[in-house]
Amino acid sequence: MIMGSNMAECHPVAFRWPLKAKTEHGAVLMHVDPRFTRTSALCDIHAQIRAGSDIVFLGALITYVINSSRWNSDPFFKEYVINYTNAATLVNADFKDPDDLDGVFSGLSGDGKTYSNASWSYQRNPAPASTVSEAKTFTDLLLQRVPGRPKTDMTLQDPQTVFQIVKKHYARYTPEMVERVCGCPKETFLRVAETLLNNSGRDKTSNITYAVGWTQHTVGVQIIRCAGMLQALLGNIGRPGGGILALRGHSTIQGSTDIATLYHSLPGYLNMPDARRNHDSLKDFILTEAVPVSTSYWGNYPKFAVSYFKAQFGDAATRENDYGYHYHPKITGDHSHLPMFVDMMDGKIKGFLCVGQNPAVGGQNARFQRKALAKLDWMVVRDFYETETASFWRNSPEIKSGELKTADIKTEIFYLPSACVPEMEGSFTNTQRLLQYHEKAADPPDDSRSNLWFTYHLGKKIKALYKDSTRERDWAIRNLTWDYEPEPAEVANWRIKDEPSAYKALKEINGYIWKDKKPVPSFANLAEDGSTVCGAWIYTGVIPEEGKNQSARRQGDNWISPNWGFAWPANRHIMYNRASADTKGNPWSEKKKLVYWDAVSSKWLTPSGDGIDFALTKAPGSAGKDAGIGFDWLGGNDPFIMRADGKAWLFAPAGLVDGPLPTHYEPYESPVNNVLYKQESNPVAKVWKIAGNPYHKVADPDYPIVISTYRLTEHYLSGVMSRWLPWLAELMPELFCEISPELAVDKGIMNGEYMTIWTARGEIQARALVTRRMKPFVINGKTVHQIGMPWHWGWQGTAQGDVVNNLSALVADPNVSIHEGKVFTCNVRAGRKGGTV
Amino acid sequence: MAKGMFVDTSICTGCKACQVACKEWNGLEAEPDHFTQGPGAPYPVASNFTGNSYDNTGKLSARDWRHVLFIEQINSRRTASRWLFMSDSCKHCTDAACLNVCPVEAIERTDLGNVIVRQDKCVGTKLCNKACPYGVVRYSEKTRTSHKCTLCNDRIHNNMGTACSKSCPTGSIQFGEVSELKTKADSRLAQLRKLGENKANLYGYSEAGGLKVFYLLMENPAVYGLPENPVVQQRRKLSLINKGGAQLSAFLMGMVALIRFRERGGRKEPGAEPGAGE
Amino acid sequence: MMNVTRRQFIKISAGAIGAVVATETAALGVDTAAVQGRALSVPIKTGKQVPSICPFCSVGCGQIVMVNDAGKIIGIEGNPDSPISEGTLCPKGAATYQLVMNEHRWTKVKYRAPGSDHWEEKPLDWAMDRIAKLVKETRDANFNEFEELPDGKGGKAKKRVMNTYALASLGGATIDNEWNYAQQKLMHGLGVVYVENQARI
Repeated sequence: MIMGSNMAECHPVAFRWPLKAKTEHGAVLMHVDPRFTRTSALCDIHAQIRAGSDIVFLGALITYVINSSRWNSDPFFKEYVINYTNAATLVNADFKDPDDLDGVFSGLSGDGKTYSNASWSYQRNPAPASTVSEAKTFTDLLLQRVPGRPKTDMTLQDPQTVFQIVKKHYARYTPEMVERVCGCPKETFLRVAETLLNNSGRDKTSNITYAVGWTQHTVGVQIIRCAGMLQALLGNIGRPGGGILALRGHSTIQGSTDIATLYHSLPGYLNMPDARRNHDSLKDFILTEAVPVSTSYWGNYPKFAVSYFKAQFGDAATRENDYGYHYHPKITGDHSHLPMFVDMMDGKIKGFLCVGQNPAVGGQNARFQRKALAKLDWMVVRDFYETETASFWRNSPEIKSGELKTADIKTEIFYLPSACVPEMEGSFTNTQRLLQYHEKAADPPDDSRSNLWFTYHLGKKIKALYKDSTRERDWAIRNLTWDYEPEPAEVANWRIKDEPSAYKALKEINGYIWKDKKPVPSFANLAEDGSTVCGAWIYTGVIPEEGKNQSARRQGDNWISPNWGFAWPANRHIMYNRASADTKGNPWSEKKKLVYWDAVSSKWLTPSGDGIDFALTKAPGSAGKDAGIGFDWLGGNDPFIMRADGKAWLFAPAGLVDGPLPTHYEPYESPVNNVLYKQESNPVAKVWKIAGNPYHKVADPDYPIVISTYRLTEHYLSGVMSRWLPWLAELMPELFCEISPELAVDKGIMNGEYMTIWTARGEIQARALVTRRMKPFVINGKTVHQIGMPWHWGWQGTAQGDVVNNLSALVADPNVSIHEGKVFTCNVRAGRKGGTV
Repeated sequence: MAKGMFVDTSICTGCKACQVACKEWNGLEAEPDHFTQGPGAPYPVASNFTGNSYDNTGKLSARDWRHVLFIEQINSRRTASRWLFMSDSCKHCTDAACLNVCPVEAIERTDLGNVIVRQDKCVGTKLCNKACPYGVVRYSEKTRTSHKCTLCNDRIHNNMGTACSKSCPTGSIQFGEVSELKTKADSRLAQLRKLGENKANLYGYSEAGGLKVFYLLMENPAVYGLPENPVVQQRRKLSLINKGGAQLSAFLMGMVALIRFRERGGRKEPGAEPGAGE
Repeated sequence: MMNVTRRQFIKISAGAIGAVVATETAALGVDTAAVQGRALSVPIKTGKQVPSICPFCSVGCGQIVMVNDAGKIIGIEGNPDSPISEGTLCPKGAATYQLVMNEHRWTKVKYRAPGSDHWEEKPLDWAMDRIAKLVKETRDANFNEFEELPDGKGGKAKKRVMNTYALASLGGATIDNEWNYAQQKLMHGLGVVYVENQARI
């Protein structure tokens, strides 16, 4: 089931594989999507739903599955769900469902803007007596604070079991409700439900694939979680052919999330120190972050955290100075992309490094973002072409309209040319967590340099400027270890002799023993005493020994290909793959065999060559130690080793700010009221009620049409890497708007001619592409029109068009601050903007 | 030993990778007709939006040796929805009208069965353009010669498949021995028929003496704009020349040489273009 | 780092090696004059073959970059050895050559002075020095060692933050892991907290 993704168009080569499964193995492909796309064209079933109604559809699938006779009679489902998920866990009696509270969960603050998750927690047994009396290490501190085991009812009958809570929560999510809220015929929904259920179980697995069609919502994280719950209930996680595949957008967007250039995260998914939390010292930081998760593999948090700080500051990082923790910056709020531009508009941000990104086109409420750029003192743009971000001061729509004047823009701007991928070496992490190394084929032309060159040499210059400082505030930059000097052999054949060593950076990411600089082969070798450095623990193993780069391995096979590149963590391709065996350790079936327990050697084995995502010698069914942490606490039937209870979470007692269960809320801007609850939209969604960012009301008569923005096969994101290429420009030359014939007739819009689309944020024009692939929906008895626009265009390049993001708003998911680009409201008319035809 | 391609339109996703891969390998620039230079603009900008589904290149041309067709078949109630795609190119006919009608024998069939326009021999009579029942061969004002897909003549003579088939993400375009491809096509058709695709058919088994590039279609050929019974012009005029018109032949060749001399004098060397957009 | 088997390259160029002369891209295919009619030996462009990864989406298709004797990139196509892509590419991947070899590409440093209406070309070293100086000036003028923040009990507390809100870094999802590592390291070293990339887009 592909939902929230247009796989054939946006990940065309990945789509090779489901299509092969269809033609060679009879797999059924289903597409649940607001539009009929090139993906829908190749699928067996297309369920067309209104944008923003995903949780109703998925919730109804959950209800269908758990009430079906097959799910209730096939012992496979019971064994998987009772043992591998938290279905049997008892939730705090204070917990209240949205059904009880007019659409919100228990714990909502008085101002209705934040939740306390205390009432969402598990019922627990008393904490065990600690085995550690005197804490000498961070690990000891965790051992003194191990919580009691969650209480369970393995019969699933207790009304406080997760299972009963889930069942009750989704009881109103029915096929009829799908028809009413999603606008999808009940029959189509039932075909999807039956197909999923029939193709899950001991012998078969089903996969769910999504992309930004799910993330770009004010309930984005909850949509994805809902799919996770469904897959857990169907026993499809940790098994070959199952799982949830997140199709990400950029060549190493996974890598840039893992090794986070993101405000909230340190590399390897350690949290960024946050001055609003009890992060006052390294000890406080570790206790705050690690205690709640110490009974998972995160019990090793202290080792990963100390090794990170040691990688930052080397010899200067000592036990006495908390490994430099005090000098490391702390966040104090949401510093993500949208607030970054809000603060830029306010003049708070003065200097801006924009490296391979084009917010003048790709940013939400792009007019707002461009105007914010004009407030900067200085900006560096690194790219291949003169992007819209680089040129906003001379030819943006705001300059053309006179809203901004070039002479008034005091921003000092540097355009620095970047090398292209074949002109440098380095690793990318693809959407499957697979690191692949690309080699350098040629020197970049003229002044073009790799971005690593830029950051490395900038760092050297900045460090030189600070070298004589004695101020405490400069301690971090002065003591930052900074040595990626190339070995002579690395640059011998190239014109550019000062290109830094990507290998050395990757080795630091991998981790090594500080004293002798020998790489550590596994994250199990990392220590909390400052003897190891490690940039990102999840990547450890990519350089297991000096000179051996596993990401550059190029030996594939017909299945898991363990010798092609390197999958983090520890070359494990299928995560949580302990779940591919039953509670006795036997494969669920011969057909779906992956990892299994070998009683002779007392080990988990897999002939596939995949890494085993479990403790190799922990026997199935064996009990964990109540007073232990990490793998010691987990039992032999706890496959989900990164969860504090070792289980897949049907109910999330922690980790989410907007509720433990996915619940249908209308998009922040919706043409209809919420049929399911009194609460219209996500109560804790991130909104910015500021000048330049007006919103539309729910069911706003001025903006009755739903708009969704998306990408095409022929272009890439904001177009920097495609609109300058004539080969791609001619395939999709100009911005267009997909619109149904019904709406086109209603508005007098002719195919191929210009039409205008506007919101309270902006007005743009586009060519009309009138097509029955778009359809009007009947939602709760009311006709709702929806249009769609690819957002690749801007005013530069060999294919040009208006910036679609001029229409969108700054509004975001409360968990991850991802904007709601997949659904908002607008209006349309025939003709060009400004009234001309 | 005939090489060819089997185009299974049932698994084409309309991605157009074939169009770009063809241009990349063969050094074909984007079609200048697709771009317009506005007053004061620093460079030409694409202006070929058609409004015809996702097809903006429209047809095969001297620089577009591949073209993907988009056919939307959706009823007003949206109870039956289909979006058909078909990647089209030269079919390398066994009985090739272009080759038949060329007065200067600039169009040749190689040992692998592919039909190529020899740029050193072509004089731009355009007879082949008119004769091709599929609208494949196209004249270029720039080179004053005709162009079309060569079946990647250089690649296939060096044990490589065609650029388009190599790039094709789903295997919709397959290159190989025609006889082997036909076996594959037959079994794929049988599979589809079994799944209830009653309109699925193979195109190119008999048309124009059999096409080296043939298709599995999901609809009647006419839906894709393919002639049900393509008329193949024969070598009538030339055979007349060969039989009794040695003088006429000599005269014609003389004329041709003259045209060529004149044209060459007024333009760049033909080998240099159309070039890759470096 | 070239610990690559040569096996994969033979797949795409077997038969061509040794027998033919490398020729310029532009001439090939179109100029079938170079093709000796019915002759079996047809020249083909060849060169050093360097394994790479597609720069576009997150699928990570394998690419082979072909480089001529002069060190110039003359072609980019799929790597048949990749278990992910098996030699195939989408239209963007297939167009990678034009991303790299493109007359519109800007390969020189450009500078726009405050209030100016035009770009000026500047030396790379000059720009790097100027940027380093600006980073320092901006940071030094806007650095926070402590900040009053809610203490979680309804009051306020002075908390150590060691950061600056005056600098921001955006981008990284199309740039090597090694750069992302170096960038976050340098930014954290400077106290920059506005560090973001495309992961939220």
